[in-house]
Amino acid sequence: MTTNESPPVAGAAKSSLVERLDALYEYDREPVSEKKLHGWKTYIAMFAGEHVAGTELVLGPLMVMHGVSAKDFFLGLLVGNILAVLSWALLTAPIAVKKRLTIYWQLRRIIGPYLTIFYSAFYALILCLLAGAMVNVAVTAVSIPFHIPNPDFNAGDVLPTIPWMGLALVVGSVIAALAVLGFEKIAHFSKICAPWMVLVFFAAAIAVLADLGTKSFGDFWHIAETKIFTGVPIGNNSKYTFWHVAGFAWLCNAAQHLGMSDVTIFRYAKKWTQGFASAFGMFLGHYGAWISSGILCAAYLAAGNENPQPGTIALFGAGIAGAVSVVIAGWTTANPTLYRAGLAIQVATPNWKRWKVTFAAGALMIITACIPAVNANLDRIVGYYGLILAPLGAFVVADVWLLPRMGLISDFTGKSGKMMSWPSALAWGFTLIVSFFLIGKDSFGWLMRLLGDSLPEWLDNMKMDVMFLVGPAWLLAGIFYILFSLVQQKSKANVKLIMEGGLA
Amino acid sequence: MKTILKIISLAGLLLTILPAIAVFKGFIEIENHYTLMAVGMVLWFGSAPFWMKGVSLEDDEK
Repeated sequence: MTTNESPPVAGAAKSSLVERLDALYEYDREPVSEKKLHGWKTYIAMFAGEHVAGTELVLGPLMVMHGVSAKDFFLGLLVGNILAVLSWALLTAPIAVKKRLTIYWQLRRIIGPYLTIFYSAFYALILCLLAGAMVNVAVTAVSIPFHIPNPDFNAGDVLPTIPWMGLALVVGSVIAALAVLGFEKIAHFSKICAPWMVLVFFAAAIAVLADLGTKSFGDFWHIAETKIFTGVPIGNNSKYTFWHVAGFAWLCNAAQHLGMSDVTIFRYAKKWTQGFASAFGMFLGHYGAWISSGILCAAYLAAGNENPQPGTIALFGAGIAGAVSVVIAGWTTANPTLYRAGLAIQVATPNWKRWKVTFAAGALMIITACIPAVNANLDRIVGYYGLILAPLGAFVVADVWLLPRMGLISDFTGKSGKMMSWPSALAWGFTLIVSFFLIGKDSFGWLMRLLGDSLPEWLDNMKMDVMFLVGPAWLLAGIFYILFSLVQQKSKANVKLIMEGGLA
Repeated sequence: MKTILKIISLAGLLLTILPAIAVFKGFIEIENHYTLMAVGMVLWFGSAPFWMKGVSLEDDEK
């Protein structure tokens, strides 16, 4: 998992929310110039570094706890990660290279300033949650030398112990303090850690394979099927299949690729084909590291331990180096994430000083870190965040590639000076209503009671999970957006405006 | 100097991955693997920050 590049702060407080948001992103307003472009090496290093994060040690074990079979896990990850790479390479990177704008300015032109504010606010909240998950990961390792037990959500721990919360407060405060100072040096440090951290993840898994009964690499598949990815859920967890794994591997970065937020990164690429550099992040992090952390989790449980947490399983597989890698992985990813959350929140708090905003975001981060349910359901949280933000990427794709081919105008909202694109608002709203209805009819108690037996059989039989829905929701949002744009641009008033050359 | 630092970093990475393979093959105990990995960590962080350049999109490509 990762978050995209941050924009620098610029500009003082302005009178309106829209002006303040514009001022914050003013520095990135112009397309990137030719001389600032980067080649393959930069993108390979960036993806390989950013997708081997602390949360990988949460997601692999989650798959084990949900009883994925070995075949479903390996094939699902293969298919899901290939889809993710193709999404970056064929959707995100070509638009980034064509427009060379940040996601903020790209969206502002298409959906208008009002919806962009909503997008920024939601993204800030999500960033705080993700930073909290990363602090949680770091604390599971920091707690070890103090002999403070980690909370066990599966055993019913709703909250950690007071000493554990104290540690989260200390770790979170340090991260917030460093984020106030800026994150460039830490971002640099995290890139130095990357090659070592990848090897720690792999080494820890290889070392414990023998404990599981693997005598040679030839035995691996048999052990994987019978002792690691057994196909039987642990505790009260639901059963995951190939579709859950493939769906999750594809959508866990949906906001970045289908949702287009990584145009901010790829606008510096020399060629759109550099989108394929994402394969290094996916196959080292979301393939190799997830498999490794799954193996570690299974070996940890097989040794008679309970409550597999990132810190404890890394210590089990790699000793002190493993525990240190978890602290670093949590810290180096939480820090820039919190910094970016602070930037987004700053828009709504113009008179607050930078440190105050960052500490406010930090408070939310620490609270999140103290809720074990967040990391225990990290896959669902990431899924919902992808589902909510991915439709915006469909609008960008439709607006950049499809509308001109249909004789419609791109960036209509920006060119006509409107504050909000109603086609985007309706398409986004309808898509989310349809998606949440399909998920909720089988899982939201209030909706199930409301519907009773009134659904037709074909709809009742349609069992949708958030992990299956992001792709269809993205397509649906694109179709809605095109239809509504057609209605908007073919209306009498707008046809007249276009004919008279009234668009900027 | 940079070459020496790079060699130390490489040794750090080798000490991170090779002991795990040795444990898997039954050549060493897991406790030795823990120790060697810790040594590898010290070598890596004692050398890599002095020669390794972080990648930033805000910098022009050299």
